[in-house]
Amino acid sequence: MVDLWEGLTQAFWLIVSLDAELAEIALRSLRITFTALALACLIALPLAALLAVRRFRLRRTVIAIMNALMGLPPVVVGLVVYVLLSRSGPFGALGLLFTPTAMIIAQMIVIVPLVASIAQQSLRELWHEYHDLLISMNVSQGQKMRTLLWDARRALLTAALAGFGRGIGEVGAIMIVGGNIDNVTRVLTTAIALETGKGEFALALALGFVLIALAISVNLAIHWISQTEREGRW
Amino acid sequence: MILRVVAVVISACLAPALHASETMRMAVTTSFHNSGLADVLLPRIAEDIDLEVQLLVVGTGQALKLGEAGDVDAILVHSRAAEEAFVAAGHGPRRTEIMYNDFVFVGPGEDTAGASGAASATEVLQAIAGTEALFVSRGDDSGTHKTELSLWEDAGIAPEAAWYRAVGAGMGAALNTAVGMGAYILSDRASWLNFGNKAEHEIVFSGDPVLFNQYAFLPVSAERHPHVKAGAVEKLEAWLISPTAAELINGYAIDGEQLFTFNAEPAG
Repeated sequence: MVDLWEGLTQAFWLIVSLDAELAEIALRSLRITFTALALACLIALPLAALLAVRRFRLRRTVIAIMNALMGLPPVVVGLVVYVLLSRSGPFGALGLLFTPTAMIIAQMIVIVPLVASIAQQSLRELWHEYHDLLISMNVSQGQKMRTLLWDARRALLTAALAGFGRGIGEVGAIMIVGGNIDNVTRVLTTAIALETGKGEFALALALGFVLIALAISVNLAIHWISQTEREGRW
Repeated sequence: MILRVVAVVISACLAPALHASETMRMAVTTSFHNSGLADVLLPRIAEDIDLEVQLLVVGTGQALKLGEAGDVDAILVHSRAAEEAFVAAGHGPRRTEIMYNDFVFVGPGEDTAGASGAASATEVLQAIAGTEALFVSRGDDSGTHKTELSLWEDAGIAPEAAWYRAVGAGMGAALNTAVGMGAYILSDRASWLNFGNKAEHEIVFSGDPVLFNQYAFLPVSAERHPHVKAGAVEKLEAWLISPTAAELINGYAIDGEQLFTFNAEPAG
Protein backbone atom coordinates (compact mmCIF):
# COMPACT_ATOMS: atom_id res chain seq x y z
CA MET A 1 0.00 0.00 0.00
CA VAL A 2 2.87 2.34 0.84
CA ASP A 3 4.28 1.65 -2.63
CA LEU A 4 0.98 2.64 -4.25
CA TRP A 5 0.92 5.97 -2.47
CA GLU A 6 4.61 6.59 -3.18
CA GLY A 7 3.96 5.71 -6.81
CA LEU A 8 1.17 8.24 -7.05
CA THR A 9 3.20 11.07 -5.53
CA GLN A 10 6.23 10.18 -7.64
CA ALA A 11 4.06 10.15 -10.78
CA PHE A 12 2.74 13.56 -9.82
CA TRP A 13 6.25 15.01 -9.42
CA LEU A 14 7.53 13.38 -12.59
CA ILE A 15 4.76 15.08 -14.55
CA VAL A 16 4.91 18.42 -12.75
CA SER A 17 8.69 18.68 -13.13
CA LEU A 18 8.42 17.70 -16.83
CA ASP A 19 11.11 15.07 -16.35
CA ALA A 20 13.06 15.01 -19.63
CA GLU A 21 13.66 11.27 -19.68
CA LEU A 22 10.02 10.53 -18.94
CA ALA A 23 8.88 12.89 -21.68
CA GLU A 24 11.17 11.18 -24.16
CA ILE A 25 9.95 7.71 -23.22
CA ALA A 26 6.29 8.77 -23.25
CA LEU A 27 6.65 10.46 -26.65
CA ARG A 28 8.32 7.36 -28.03
CA SER A 29 5.43 5.25 -26.73
CA LEU A 30 2.95 7.56 -28.45
CA ARG A 31 4.91 7.74 -31.67
CA ILE A 32 5.26 3.96 -31.99
CA THR A 33 1.67 3.16 -31.10
CA PHE A 34 0.17 5.92 -33.29
CA THR A 35 2.26 4.88 -36.27
CA ALA A 36 1.32 1.23 -35.74
CA LEU A 37 -2.32 2.24 -35.34
CA ALA A 38 -2.34 4.37 -38.51
CA LEU A 39 -0.84 1.52 -40.53
CA ALA A 40 -3.17 -1.00 -38.90
CA CYS A 41 -6.20 1.14 -39.81
CA LEU A 42 -5.02 1.38 -43.42
CA ILE A 43 -5.22 -2.41 -43.57
CA ALA A 44 -8.08 -3.15 -41.19
CA LEU A 45 -10.70 -0.60 -42.30
CA PRO A 46 -10.77 -1.43 -46.03
CA LEU A 47 -10.73 -5.11 -45.07
CA ALA A 48 -13.71 -4.61 -42.75
CA ALA A 49 -15.61 -2.68 -45.45
CA LEU A 50 -14.89 -5.34 -48.02
CA LEU A 51 -16.15 -8.04 -45.67
CA ALA A 52 -19.32 -5.99 -45.10
CA VAL A 53 -20.30 -5.33 -48.73
CA ARG A 54 -19.03 -8.40 -50.49
CA ARG A 55 -20.28 -11.95 -50.20
CA PHE A 56 -17.77 -14.66 -51.03
CA ARG A 57 -17.31 -18.29 -50.10
CA LEU A 58 -14.74 -17.99 -47.33
CA ARG A 59 -16.22 -14.82 -45.84
CA ARG A 60 -17.44 -16.51 -42.65
CA THR A 61 -14.14 -18.26 -42.18
CA VAL A 62 -12.19 -15.03 -42.64
CA ILE A 63 -14.40 -13.25 -40.09
CA ALA A 64 -14.11 -16.12 -37.61
CA ILE A 65 -10.33 -16.18 -37.91
CA MET A 66 -10.16 -12.41 -37.58
CA ASN A 67 -12.26 -12.51 -34.42
CA ALA A 68 -10.13 -15.28 -32.98
CA LEU A 69 -6.95 -13.33 -33.69
CA MET A 70 -8.20 -10.51 -31.45
CA GLY A 71 -6.82 -12.65 -28.65
CA LEU A 72 -3.47 -13.14 -30.38
CA PRO A 73 -0.83 -13.34 -27.62
CA PRO A 74 1.54 -10.40 -28.19
CA VAL A 75 4.51 -12.39 -26.94
CA VAL A 76 3.99 -14.89 -29.77
CA VAL A 77 3.70 -12.10 -32.33
CA GLY A 78 6.91 -10.66 -30.90
CA LEU A 79 8.70 -13.95 -31.19
CA VAL A 80 7.60 -14.51 -34.79
CA VAL A 81 8.61 -10.97 -35.83
CA TYR A 82 11.88 -11.46 -33.97
CA VAL A 83 12.71 -14.65 -35.83
CA LEU A 84 11.80 -13.05 -39.16
CA LEU A 85 13.86 -9.90 -38.55
CA SER A 86 16.86 -11.55 -36.87
CA ARG A 87 20.10 -11.34 -38.83
CA SER A 88 19.85 -15.08 -39.36
CA GLY A 89 16.19 -14.81 -40.43
CA PRO A 90 14.68 -14.16 -43.88
CA PHE A 91 14.55 -10.35 -43.46
CA GLY A 92 17.82 -10.11 -41.53
CA ALA A 93 19.54 -8.06 -44.20
CA LEU A 94 17.23 -5.13 -43.43
CA GLY A 95 18.80 -4.82 -39.97
CA LEU A 96 15.46 -3.91 -38.39
CA LEU A 97 15.65 -5.95 -35.19
CA PHE A 98 15.89 -3.81 -32.04
CA THR A 99 14.66 -0.67 -33.80
CA PRO A 100 11.41 1.29 -33.34
CA THR A 101 10.39 0.06 -36.82
CA ALA A 102 10.39 -3.53 -35.57
CA MET A 103 8.21 -2.47 -32.65
CA ILE A 104 5.78 -0.75 -35.02
CA ILE A 105 5.53 -3.88 -37.17
CA ALA A 106 4.83 -6.09 -34.15
CA GLN A 107 2.22 -3.73 -32.71
CA MET A 108 0.55 -3.36 -36.07
CA ILE A 109 0.09 -7.14 -36.29
CA VAL A 110 -1.37 -7.19 -32.78
CA ILE A 111 -3.77 -4.33 -33.53
CA VAL A 112 -5.09 -5.21 -37.02
CA PRO A 113 -7.45 -8.08 -36.04
CA LEU A 114 -8.95 -6.06 -33.20
CA VAL A 115 -9.66 -2.95 -35.29
CA ALA A 116 -10.89 -5.02 -38.23
CA SER A 117 -13.26 -7.08 -36.07
CA ILE A 118 -14.85 -4.13 -34.31
CA ALA A 119 -15.07 -2.14 -37.55
CA GLN A 120 -16.59 -5.03 -39.45
CA GLN A 121 -19.27 -5.42 -36.78
CA SER A 122 -20.45 -1.82 -37.04
CA LEU A 123 -20.13 -1.65 -40.81
CA ARG A 124 -22.28 -4.75 -41.14
CA GLU A 125 -25.08 -3.09 -39.19
CA LEU A 126 -24.84 0.05 -41.27
CA TRP A 127 -24.83 -2.05 -44.43
CA HIS A 128 -28.24 -3.45 -43.46
CA GLU A 129 -29.61 0.10 -43.45
CA TYR A 130 -27.85 1.22 -46.63
CA HIS A 131 -28.11 -1.96 -48.65
CA ASP A 132 -31.28 -1.21 -50.68
CA LEU A 133 -30.42 2.42 -51.26
CA LEU A 134 -26.88 1.77 -52.47
CA ILE A 135 -27.97 -1.16 -54.65
CA SER A 136 -30.71 0.93 -56.29
CA MET A 137 -28.21 3.70 -57.01
CA ASN A 138 -26.08 1.13 -58.77
CA VAL A 139 -22.79 2.36 -57.33
CA SER A 140 -19.51 0.50 -57.62
CA GLN A 141 -18.05 -1.71 -54.94
CA GLY A 142 -15.44 0.93 -54.09
CA GLN A 143 -18.08 3.64 -53.71
CA LYS A 144 -20.13 1.41 -51.41
CA MET A 145 -17.09 0.79 -49.22
CA ARG A 146 -16.20 4.47 -49.10
CA THR A 147 -19.78 5.49 -48.20
CA LEU A 148 -19.92 2.93 -45.41
CA LEU A 149 -16.53 3.92 -44.02
CA TRP A 150 -17.38 7.62 -44.06
CA ASP A 151 -20.85 7.29 -42.52
CA ALA A 152 -19.65 4.89 -39.83
CA ARG A 153 -16.68 7.07 -38.89
CA ARG A 154 -17.78 7.48 -35.28
CA ALA A 155 -17.97 3.74 -34.73
CA LEU A 156 -14.66 3.32 -36.54
CA LEU A 157 -13.14 5.83 -34.15
CA THR A 158 -14.12 3.54 -31.30
CA ALA A 159 -12.46 0.67 -33.14
CA ALA A 160 -9.30 2.74 -33.56
CA LEU A 161 -9.32 3.76 -29.90
CA ALA A 162 -9.62 0.11 -28.87
CA GLY A 163 -6.61 -0.57 -31.08
CA PHE A 164 -4.74 2.30 -29.46
CA GLY A 165 -5.52 0.90 -26.01
CA ARG A 166 -4.22 -2.51 -26.96
CA GLY A 167 -1.06 -1.03 -28.46
CA ILE A 168 -0.07 1.52 -25.83
CA GLY A 169 -0.38 -0.96 -22.95
CA GLU A 170 1.33 -3.82 -24.75
CA VAL A 171 4.68 -5.07 -23.49
CA GLY A 172 5.21 -8.69 -24.57
CA ALA A 173 5.85 -8.10 -28.26
CA ILE A 174 7.81 -4.85 -28.13
CA MET A 175 10.05 -6.09 -25.35
CA ILE A 176 11.18 -8.94 -27.58
CA VAL A 177 11.60 -7.10 -30.88
CA GLY A 178 12.69 -3.77 -29.40
CA GLY A 179 15.02 -5.04 -26.71
CA ASN A 180 14.23 -2.16 -24.30
CA ILE A 181 17.39 -0.25 -25.31
CA ASP A 182 17.82 2.98 -23.38
CA ASN A 183 17.27 6.06 -25.59
CA VAL A 184 16.36 3.94 -28.61
CA THR A 185 13.57 1.45 -27.99
CA ARG A 186 12.60 2.00 -24.37
CA VAL A 187 8.91 2.87 -24.01
CA LEU A 188 6.64 3.24 -20.98
CA THR A 189 5.60 -0.39 -20.69
CA THR A 190 9.11 -1.81 -21.07
CA ALA A 191 10.44 0.79 -18.62
CA ILE A 192 7.81 -0.39 -16.11
CA ALA A 193 8.94 -4.00 -16.57
CA LEU A 194 12.56 -2.91 -16.10
CA GLU A 195 11.92 -0.93 -12.90
CA THR A 196 9.86 -3.79 -11.48
CA GLY A 197 12.82 -6.07 -12.16
CA LYS A 198 15.04 -3.70 -10.22
CA GLY A 199 12.62 -3.81 -7.29
CA GLU A 200 11.87 -0.09 -7.74
CA PHE A 201 8.14 -0.54 -7.31
CA ALA A 202 7.35 3.10 -6.61
CA LEU A 203 8.98 4.31 -9.82
CA ALA A 204 7.41 1.43 -11.78
CA LEU A 205 3.99 2.38 -10.43
CA ALA A 206 4.61 6.04 -11.17
CA LEU A 207 5.35 5.17 -14.79
CA GLY A 208 2.20 3.03 -14.80
CA PHE A 209 0.10 5.95 -13.63
CA VAL A 210 1.67 8.16 -16.28
CA LEU A 211 0.76 5.54 -18.89
CA ILE A 212 -2.85 5.41 -17.71
CA ALA A 213 -3.07 9.21 -17.65
CA LEU A 214 -1.65 9.33 -21.16
CA ALA A 215 -4.20 6.82 -22.46
CA ILE A 216 -7.05 8.76 -20.86
CA SER A 217 -5.85 12.09 -22.27
CA VAL A 218 -5.54 10.69 -25.77
CA ASN A 219 -9.07 9.27 -25.60
CA LEU A 220 -10.50 12.49 -24.16
CA ALA A 221 -8.71 14.61 -26.76
CA ILE A 222 -10.02 12.55 -29.65
CA HIS A 223 -13.56 12.52 -28.31
CA TRP A 224 -13.43 16.25 -27.78
CA ILE A 225 -12.15 16.85 -31.30
CA SER A 226 -14.80 14.69 -32.92
CA GLN A 227 -17.65 16.31 -30.96
CA THR A 228 -17.06 19.55 -32.85
CA GLU A 229 -18.88 17.98 -35.78
CA ARG A 230 -22.31 18.16 -34.26
CA GLU A 231 -24.46 17.22 -37.23
CA GLY A 232 -23.13 13.66 -37.22
CA ARG A 233 -24.60 10.74 -35.37
CA TRP A 234 -22.92 9.49 -32.23
CA MET B 1 -9.98 15.86 -39.36
CA ILE B 2 -8.93 13.09 -37.01
CA LEU B 3 -6.35 11.88 -39.44
CA ARG B 4 -4.94 15.38 -39.56
CA VAL B 5 -4.68 15.51 -35.76
CA VAL B 6 -3.00 12.12 -35.75
CA ALA B 7 -0.58 13.32 -38.42
CA VAL B 8 0.30 16.40 -36.35
CA VAL B 9 0.88 14.31 -33.24
CA ILE B 10 3.06 11.88 -35.15
CA SER B 11 5.18 14.59 -36.73
CA ALA B 12 5.54 16.27 -33.33
CA CYS B 13 6.83 13.03 -31.93
CA LEU B 14 9.43 12.58 -34.66
CA ALA B 15 11.89 14.93 -32.99
CA PRO B 16 15.46 14.02 -33.94
CA ALA B 17 17.54 12.47 -31.18
CA LEU B 18 21.17 13.36 -30.52
CA HIS B 19 23.69 10.54 -30.56
CA ALA B 20 27.41 9.92 -30.56
CA SER B 21 28.85 9.60 -34.05
CA GLU B 22 29.05 5.80 -33.97
CA THR B 23 26.77 3.24 -32.36
CA MET B 24 27.06 -0.45 -31.65
CA ARG B 25 24.95 -3.04 -29.86
CA MET B 26 26.15 -5.14 -26.98
CA ALA B 27 24.19 -7.85 -25.21
CA VAL B 28 24.86 -7.85 -21.47
CA THR B 29 23.49 -9.92 -18.61
CA THR B 30 20.76 -8.67 -16.32
CA SER B 31 23.12 -9.00 -13.36
CA PHE B 32 25.66 -6.67 -14.98
CA HIS B 33 22.98 -4.13 -15.86
CA ASN B 34 21.27 -4.26 -12.45
CA SER B 35 24.60 -3.56 -10.77
CA GLY B 36 24.47 -0.01 -12.14
CA LEU B 37 28.06 -0.15 -13.45
CA ALA B 38 26.83 0.44 -16.99
CA ASP B 39 25.56 3.87 -15.99
CA VAL B 40 29.11 4.78 -14.98
CA LEU B 41 30.94 3.23 -17.93
CA LEU B 42 28.71 4.13 -20.89
CA PRO B 43 28.83 7.95 -20.57
CA ARG B 44 32.60 7.75 -20.20
CA ILE B 45 32.88 5.50 -23.28
CA ALA B 46 30.79 7.98 -25.27
CA GLU B 47 33.10 10.77 -24.13
CA ASP B 48 36.45 9.01 -24.58
CA ILE B 49 36.00 7.17 -27.87
CA ASP B 50 32.84 8.81 -29.23
CA LEU B 51 30.94 5.53 -29.29
CA GLU B 52 27.35 4.98 -28.21
CA VAL B 53 26.96 1.48 -26.84
CA GLN B 54 23.34 0.30 -26.94
CA LEU B 55 22.72 -2.36 -24.32
CA LEU B 56 20.41 -5.33 -24.73
CA VAL B 57 19.80 -6.67 -21.27
CA VAL B 58 19.18 -10.43 -21.40
CA GLY B 59 20.32 -13.65 -19.72
CA THR B 60 23.68 -15.18 -20.70
CA GLY B 61 21.88 -17.89 -22.68
CA GLN B 62 20.02 -15.37 -24.80
CA ALA B 63 23.05 -13.10 -25.09
CA LEU B 64 25.06 -15.94 -26.64
CA LYS B 65 22.12 -16.68 -28.98
CA LEU B 66 22.03 -13.04 -30.08
CA GLY B 67 25.74 -13.25 -30.82
CA GLU B 68 25.35 -16.49 -32.78
CA ALA B 69 22.61 -14.93 -34.92
CA GLY B 70 24.68 -11.79 -35.46
CA ASP B 71 22.01 -9.55 -33.94
CA VAL B 72 24.53 -7.79 -31.70
CA ASP B 73 28.13 -6.69 -32.26
CA ALA B 74 29.55 -7.95 -28.98
CA ILE B 75 28.51 -9.61 -25.73
CA LEU B 76 29.59 -9.21 -22.12
CA VAL B 77 28.63 -12.26 -20.07
CA HIS B 78 29.77 -14.49 -17.23
CA SER B 79 29.65 -18.19 -17.95
CA ARG B 80 33.07 -19.48 -18.85
CA ALA B 81 32.13 -22.89 -20.26
CA ALA B 82 29.41 -21.45 -22.51
CA GLU B 83 31.74 -18.63 -23.63
CA GLU B 84 34.51 -21.06 -24.55
CA ALA B 85 32.02 -23.15 -26.52
CA PHE B 86 30.90 -19.95 -28.30
CA VAL B 87 34.47 -19.18 -29.37
CA ALA B 88 35.21 -22.81 -30.25
CA ALA B 89 32.17 -22.92 -32.53
CA GLY B 90 33.54 -19.91 -34.39
CA HIS B 91 30.81 -17.46 -33.37
CA GLY B 92 33.42 -15.13 -31.93
CA PRO B 93 37.16 -14.68 -32.55
CA ARG B 94 38.23 -14.43 -28.88
CA ARG B 95 37.23 -14.09 -25.25
CA THR B 96 38.70 -11.29 -23.16
CA GLU B 97 38.37 -11.37 -19.39
CA ILE B 98 37.51 -7.94 -18.02
CA MET B 99 36.57 -8.12 -14.36
CA TYR B 100 34.94 -10.23 -11.69
CA ASN B 101 32.54 -9.91 -8.83
CA ASP B 102 31.12 -12.59 -6.60
CA PHE B 103 27.91 -14.44 -5.89
CA VAL B 104 26.22 -14.35 -2.51
CA PHE B 105 23.45 -16.32 -0.88
CA VAL B 106 20.55 -14.10 0.08
CA GLY B 107 17.93 -15.33 2.51
CA PRO B 108 15.33 -14.29 5.07
CA GLY B 109 16.66 -12.33 8.06
CA GLU B 110 15.82 -15.06 10.60
CA ASP B 111 17.83 -17.57 8.49
CA THR B 112 15.61 -20.60 9.10
CA ALA B 113 18.04 -22.97 7.38
CA GLY B 114 21.02 -21.73 9.39
CA ALA B 115 23.00 -20.94 6.25
CA SER B 116 25.10 -18.24 7.89
CA GLY B 117 26.90 -20.85 10.01
CA ALA B 118 28.06 -22.78 6.95
CA ALA B 119 31.74 -23.03 6.08
CA SER B 120 31.32 -23.34 2.30
CA ALA B 121 28.80 -22.82 -0.49
CA THR B 122 28.24 -26.58 -0.57
CA GLU B 123 27.30 -26.59 3.10
CA VAL B 124 24.84 -23.74 2.54
CA LEU B 125 23.01 -25.78 -0.10
CA GLN B 126 23.06 -28.89 2.09
CA ALA B 127 21.57 -26.85 4.95
CA ILE B 128 18.83 -25.50 2.69
CA ALA B 129 18.01 -28.93 1.27
CA GLY B 130 18.20 -30.51 4.73
CA THR B 131 15.65 -28.12 6.23
CA GLU B 132 13.62 -27.98 2.98
CA ALA B 133 13.70 -24.20 3.16
CA LEU B 134 12.28 -22.52 0.04
CA PHE B 135 14.90 -21.80 -2.61
CA VAL B 136 14.27 -19.67 -5.70
CA SER B 137 16.26 -20.51 -8.82
CA ARG B 138 16.62 -18.22 -11.83
CA GLY B 139 15.79 -21.17 -14.08
CA ASP B 140 16.50 -19.12 -17.21
CA ASP B 141 19.78 -20.61 -18.46
CA SER B 142 21.62 -17.46 -17.39
CA GLY B 143 25.18 -17.34 -16.07
CA THR B 144 23.89 -17.11 -12.51
CA HIS B 145 21.60 -20.08 -13.11
CA LYS B 146 24.43 -22.15 -14.54
CA THR B 147 26.63 -21.33 -11.55
CA GLU B 148 23.82 -22.31 -9.20
CA LEU B 149 23.31 -25.64 -10.95
CA SER B 150 27.01 -26.49 -10.79
CA LEU B 151 26.98 -25.66 -7.06
CA TRP B 152 24.10 -28.09 -6.52
CA GLU B 153 26.06 -30.70 -8.40
CA ASP B 154 29.10 -30.09 -6.18
CA ALA B 155 26.86 -30.50 -3.14
CA GLY B 156 25.61 -33.84 -4.50
CA ILE B 157 21.98 -32.78 -4.43
CA ALA B 158 19.49 -32.93 -7.29
CA PRO B 159 17.18 -29.99 -6.55
CA GLU B 160 13.84 -31.28 -7.75
CA ALA B 161 11.61 -31.08 -4.69
CA ALA B 162 8.68 -28.78 -3.96
CA TRP B 163 10.87 -26.33 -2.00
CA TYR B 164 12.93 -25.65 -5.13
CA ARG B 165 11.19 -23.00 -7.22
CA ALA B 166 12.58 -22.28 -10.69
CA VAL B 167 11.00 -18.99 -11.74
CA GLY B 168 12.49 -18.56 -15.20
CA ALA B 169 13.11 -14.85 -14.78
CA GLY B 170 15.88 -12.24 -14.66
CA MET B 171 17.87 -11.44 -11.53
CA GLY B 172 15.60 -8.64 -10.34
CA ALA B 173 12.35 -10.50 -10.91
CA ALA B 174 13.77 -13.60 -9.20
CA LEU B 175 14.86 -11.49 -6.20
CA ASN B 176 11.35 -10.04 -6.00
CA THR B 177 9.95 -13.57 -5.94
CA ALA B 178 12.44 -14.75 -3.31
CA VAL B 179 11.67 -11.78 -1.06
CA GLY B 180 7.94 -12.34 -1.56
CA MET B 181 8.13 -16.02 -0.55
CA GLY B 182 10.76 -15.65 2.15
CA ALA B 183 13.04 -17.92 0.14
CA TYR B 184 16.80 -18.31 -0.28
CA ILE B 185 18.39 -17.34 -3.58
CA LEU B 186 21.80 -17.11 -5.21
CA SER B 187 22.47 -13.59 -6.50
CA ASP B 188 25.48 -11.64 -7.64
CA ARG B 189 26.53 -9.14 -5.01
CA ALA B 190 26.07 -6.10 -7.24
CA SER B 191 22.47 -6.85 -8.15
CA TRP B 192 21.60 -7.48 -4.52
CA LEU B 193 23.19 -4.27 -3.22
CA ASN B 194 21.40 -2.27 -5.89
CA PHE B 195 18.08 -4.01 -5.40
CA GLY B 196 15.32 -1.70 -4.17
CA ASN B 197 12.95 -4.21 -2.53
CA LYS B 198 15.13 -5.95 0.06
CA ALA B 199 12.47 -6.09 2.83
CA GLU B 200 13.73 -8.44 5.61
CA HIS B 201 16.19 -10.28 3.37
CA GLU B 202 19.96 -10.08 3.77
CA ILE B 203 23.18 -11.73 2.64
CA VAL B 204 23.47 -14.97 4.64
CA PHE B 205 26.64 -16.33 3.10
CA SER B 206 29.49 -15.12 0.89
CA GLY B 207 33.24 -15.43 0.45
CA ASP B 208 33.71 -19.01 -0.83
CA PRO B 209 36.14 -18.92 -3.82
CA VAL B 210 33.74 -21.07 -5.88
CA LEU B 211 31.39 -18.09 -5.88
CA PHE B 212 33.88 -16.12 -8.00
CA ASN B 213 32.11 -14.63 -11.05
CA GLN B 214 34.25 -13.73 -14.06
CA TYR B 215 32.90 -11.37 -16.74
CA ALA B 216 34.29 -11.61 -20.25
CA PHE B 217 33.91 -9.59 -23.42
CA LEU B 218 33.32 -11.49 -26.65
CA PRO B 219 33.27 -9.81 -30.06
CA VAL B 220 30.88 -11.41 -32.54
CA SER B 221 32.59 -12.98 -35.55
CA ALA B 222 32.84 -10.43 -38.36
CA GLU B 223 33.71 -13.25 -40.72
CA ARG B 224 30.31 -14.87 -40.29
CA HIS B 225 28.40 -11.63 -40.00
CA PRO B 226 29.90 -8.98 -42.29
CA HIS B 227 27.52 -6.31 -40.92
CA VAL B 228 29.10 -6.50 -37.45
CA LYS B 229 30.81 -3.24 -36.55
CA ALA B 230 34.25 -4.76 -35.98
CA GLY B 231 35.98 -1.38 -35.78
CA ALA B 232 33.72 -0.10 -33.02
CA VAL B 233 34.01 -3.41 -31.16
CA GLU B 234 37.81 -3.23 -31.27
CA LYS B 235 37.78 0.33 -29.97
CA LEU B 236 35.46 -0.68 -27.14
CA GLU B 237 37.57 -3.70 -26.25
CA ALA B 238 40.72 -1.56 -26.13
CA TRP B 239 38.91 0.86 -23.85
CA LEU B 240 37.59 -1.89 -21.57
CA ILE B 241 41.11 -3.18 -20.83
CA SER B 242 42.58 0.32 -20.45
CA PRO B 243 43.71 1.89 -17.15
CA THR B 244 40.74 4.30 -17.37
CA ALA B 245 38.32 1.38 -17.30
CA ALA B 246 40.30 -0.25 -14.48
CA GLU B 247 40.01 2.89 -12.39
CA LEU B 248 36.27 3.26 -13.01
CA ILE B 249 35.50 -0.43 -12.40
CA ASN B 250 37.59 -0.71 -9.23
CA GLY B 251 36.26 2.60 -7.99
CA TYR B 252 32.59 1.69 -8.39
CA ALA B 253 31.07 1.18 -4.95
CA ILE B 254 27.64 1.01 -3.36
CA ASP B 255 27.37 1.84 0.34
CA GLY B 256 31.16 1.90 0.47
CA GLU B 257 31.48 -1.66 -0.86
CA GLN B 258 33.59 -2.27 -3.95
CA LEU B 259 31.54 -4.39 -6.36
CA PHE B 260 33.84 -5.35 -9.21
CA THR B 261 37.53 -6.12 -9.45
CA PHE B 262 39.24 -5.34 -12.74
CA ASN B 263 41.47 -8.22 -13.92
CA ALA B 264 41.95 -7.76 -17.67
CA GLU B 265 45.39 -8.49 -19.10
CA PRO B 266 46.77 -5.41 -20.86
CA ALA B 267 46.88 -5.94 -24.62
CA GLY B 268 50.08 -7.74 -25.60
